[in-house]
Amino acid sequence: MDGQSCVMIMNEWDIVAARQLGRHAAKELGFGAVDQARITTAISELARNIYHYANGGKIYIDKIEEKEKKGIKITASDHGPGIPDIRKAMEDGFTTSGGLGAGLPGVKRLMDEFYIDSKTGEGTVVQVVKWLR
Amino acid sequence: MMKTSKIPILKLYNNLLISIQWELDDKTAMQFQEDLLKKIHETGATGVVIDLTSVDVIDSFIAKILGDCVNMSKLMGATVVLTGIQPAVAITLIELGIELEDIHTALDLEKGLELLKELED
Ligand SMILES: Nc1ncnc2c1ncn2[C@@H]1O[C@H](COP(=O)(O)OP(=O)(O)O)[C@@H](O)[C@H]1O
Ligand SMILES: [Mg+2]
Repeated sequence: MDGQSCVMIMNEWDIVAARQLGRHAAKELGFGAVDQARITTAISELARNIYHYANGGKIYIDKIEEKEKKGIKITASDHGPGIPDIRKAMEDGFTTSGGLGAGLPGVKRLMDEFYIDSKTGEGTVVQVVKWLR
Repeated sequence: MMKTSKIPILKLYNNLLISIQWELDDKTAMQFQEDLLKKIHETGATGVVIDLTSVDVIDSFIAKILGDCVNMSKLMGATVVLTGIQPAVAITLIELGIELEDIHTALDLEKGLELLKELED
């Protein structure tokens, strides 16, 4: 895989496909077993949120390079209902679906960088980065 | 095209043994939960070992299903032991903020069965 790849998230099999693509890219970049698991888990959480809450969207996986650093960037983008209160959604245990509410705050801990942008009625973008050490 | 696969559940004396051999998708995991409870009901099993050696991702959704399996089995009189959790999976679970405090774990299937025996005595 070179540059960017993208997985459409429409059903639960797509979540598995996004995970596998992410793990493959992480392995190719030289991430170790624990970071591979972190990256794969983060993709799984973001893809699942797209599937559960936004009724579809996309996961982009980029290999990135910045000066001396190499890393992987995951972008989850959807045109779903958006998140009305982002601060609340980032709290451990907050869920509107009877889940564990561990997805978004967990992804933030698993990765090195975390950005979220969401507008009610327009959609949500979550972008995360893991740097190779 | 992928389809929902059934995870085999084996019975050995009073115990049920499950080895999850491939990547868990949501449907397979939910089907497994239902099958496990049915099997406990049918067989009156008092112990369950779920081996996760081949599982290399557990996200919060799968973790919730596994936790629910443990609690529901308990209600039905069966103790569950999870075995073979990979180090990388254990680390990501903790970082996600998921606690497996009340859950019995062991290194492998064999140790899991030994633990069940100890818990029964
Ligand atoms: N892509 C999204 N679109 C709309 N709402 C979302 C999205 N992702 C997360 N949310 C909201 O944020 C809450 C917290 O998400 P998360 O931390 O993944 O926990 P969980 O999925 O277990 O509820 C969700 O319950 C949902 O209300
Ligand atoms: Mg979630």
